[in-house]
Amino acid sequence: MQGTCGLFHTSYASESQLLPTSFQRWRFGLFFAAYAFCPLFLDAYDLSVLIMIHVAVIGAVALNLLTGCCGQISLGHGAFVGVGAYASAILSGLGLPFLLALPAGGLVAACVGMFFGIPSLRLKGIYLAIATLAAQIIIEYLFLHWDGLTGGSNGMIVASPDLFGLAIDDEPGHFWLSFAVAALVVLAVSNIMRTRPGRAFVAVRDYYLSAEIVGVNLFATKLAAFGVSSFLAGVAGGLWAHYVMYVTPEMFGVGLSISYLAMIIIGGMGSVQGSVFGAIFITLLPEFLTFASGAASDVLPGLSDSLMAMKEGIFGLVLVLFLIFEPEGLSYRWRLFKAYWKLYPFAH
Amino acid sequence: MALLEVEKITLTFKGIAALLDVSYRIEKGQIVSLIGPNGAGKTSMLNCISGRYVPDSGSIRLRDEELLDVPAHRRTRRGLSRTFQNIALFKGLSVLDNLMVGRHARMDAGILSSVLYLGRARAEEDRHRRRVEEVIDFLGLSPYRHQPAGRLPYGVQKRVELGRALAAEPELILLDEPMAGMNLEETEDMARYILDINEEWGVTVFLVEHDMGVVMDLSDHVVVLDFGQVLATGSPAEVQADPAVVAAYLGSQDAAFLGR
Ligand SMILES: Nc1ncnc2c1ncn2[C@@H]1O[C@H](COP(=O)(O)OP(=O)(O)OP(=O)(O)O)[C@@H](O)[C@H]1O
Ligand SMILES: [Mg+2]
Repeated sequence: MQGTCGLFHTSYASESQLLPTSFQRWRFGLFFAAYAFCPLFLDAYDLSVLIMIHVAVIGAVALNLLTGCCGQISLGHGAFVGVGAYASAILSGLGLPFLLALPAGGLVAACVGMFFGIPSLRLKGIYLAIATLAAQIIIEYLFLHWDGLTGGSNGMIVASPDLFGLAIDDEPGHFWLSFAVAALVVLAVSNIMRTRPGRAFVAVRDYYLSAEIVGVNLFATKLAAFGVSSFLAGVAGGLWAHYVMYVTPEMFGVGLSISYLAMIIIGGMGSVQGSVFGAIFITLLPEFLTFASGAASDVLPGLSDSLMAMKEGIFGLVLVLFLIFEPEGLSYRWRLFKAYWKLYPFAH
Repeated sequence: MALLEVEKITLTFKGIAALLDVSYRIEKGQIVSLIGPNGAGKTSMLNCISGRYVPDSGSIRLRDEELLDVPAHRRTRRGLSRTFQNIALFKGLSVLDNLMVGRHARMDAGILSSVLYLGRARAEEDRHRRRVEEVIDFLGLSPYRHQPAGRLPYGVQKRVELGRALAAEPELILLDEPMAGMNLEETEDMARYILDINEEWGVTVFLVEHDMGVVMDLSDHVVVLDFGQVLATGSPAEVQADPAVVAAYLGSQDAAFLGR
């Protein structure tokens, strides 16, 4: 119930809702509805950026489940995205309908992810990071050299998806498709995190000895985290491949793994909302740099070239600044911001 | 038949025995204490029961079923739970969620059913939440319900850990120095909780504690360990009068307590 001076829950169920107040639900619903109309007034380029944000949101939420919530660091996330991309592309190339090829690609990625998650039973921290980096390198090698299946360095052409006879071959179509999938993934992971399996993930992260005592099977739980995380990563990869309509090994290099890590660090470890913020931030950063250098070129023609050249450096700098000044991530800042306005004008 | 029967347990670390031929029984419904000087092997004993350590030989039977064949995470379902000597909470989870994790073994929602979070998963959450709220009320934890466990004062964290163990609705609860580091008032509260757990909730308690006053007041039965071996067992009065026990404690800081 929403009273005049606070929020009082009258049942346990109402307390554990994702959006507890009706005001929040309205605000969220309105935003969603308005956002769905984007294709009506944005051009193809802007929509392509939003589609890449949707893909990044799925991948980041997936990695945050594994690394932020369950405490298992992974440097192989980019490769798992790639496995999903290749697998779904190959399957839809064989004639499987897109709606089946997408989750099937996710399942293949889940199997691969769980296989490379096996060392997590014994390895932690930096050692697990190296083990998953090895996974990244091995999988990348297979993308490049398993010519018969992947097309090697030339990559593969991917057919554009088809939903119940409806061809999805333009930006608005892909916008709605990827938006719907991303929304479902965010909802699914939020649900996992507020129930038994999600609590078990955090228990493994925070104190594995106690986790075992309350009855959590450590190995099974870590493998489940790897499985769910790589499944979703694979779905992100499948959407990406079917949007750009080709896949090449370079798309899924270690750089992709690192930028996913950057997203969850900047957004906030262990927070679903933070993953969304981080994905938006990291996807928009190069767009912003391009925009800034374009604007600067009017004033200082020499600056724009050097700004573009420094892109990677600026990316690294932003990451370091975040680690120093905002170690809790954007989601924490957002909570403080909301708490401030809730009490406005009485905040002090 | 005793609730727990420990028989000839031997545990070695690199050839050095932490426990040697340890045998004793815990009767259902009692409060049994395990005492002994530092390094006597008390925590090692609890670790053998809970499954953290695997003894080299011997047997531990709960309700006449061999426990040593059961993996650690399955022993909770058999009716066993414990607290740790050093606080071992899930720091990032709220008090409520720490207790909800405590019920992990009694719940069964898997990934698929919680993704959908429809009827059954939702009803399960609700049902278990009700049980957890009973524990929260019992331990007076309601003011902290939604706070992250890691930010609470030490004494409260100790209580949350007890709550997590209780939430599993154990038949036998193992408490490793629940009063360590507490002031007098907190110690008295904790003693009260332990008595209530035993009397009202019907839980059998196996208590490791250094505070001899507490041990002598609460226990029905005492087991004394020294250098990994059982030195004496019996009622508090018997143990206190045992010359071997007095000798083992002489010169140690616990001697003063024992003399009361
Ligand atoms: N994991 C381990 N590896 C090696 N030695 C160990 C291990 N655990 C315990 N020990 C040794 O076993 C002996 C008993 O230790 P334990 O922790 O059981 O004593 P304790 O009676 O609980 O002592 P305290 O009162 O200080 O808690 C000690 O000598 C300890 O060094
Ligand atoms: Mg100890």
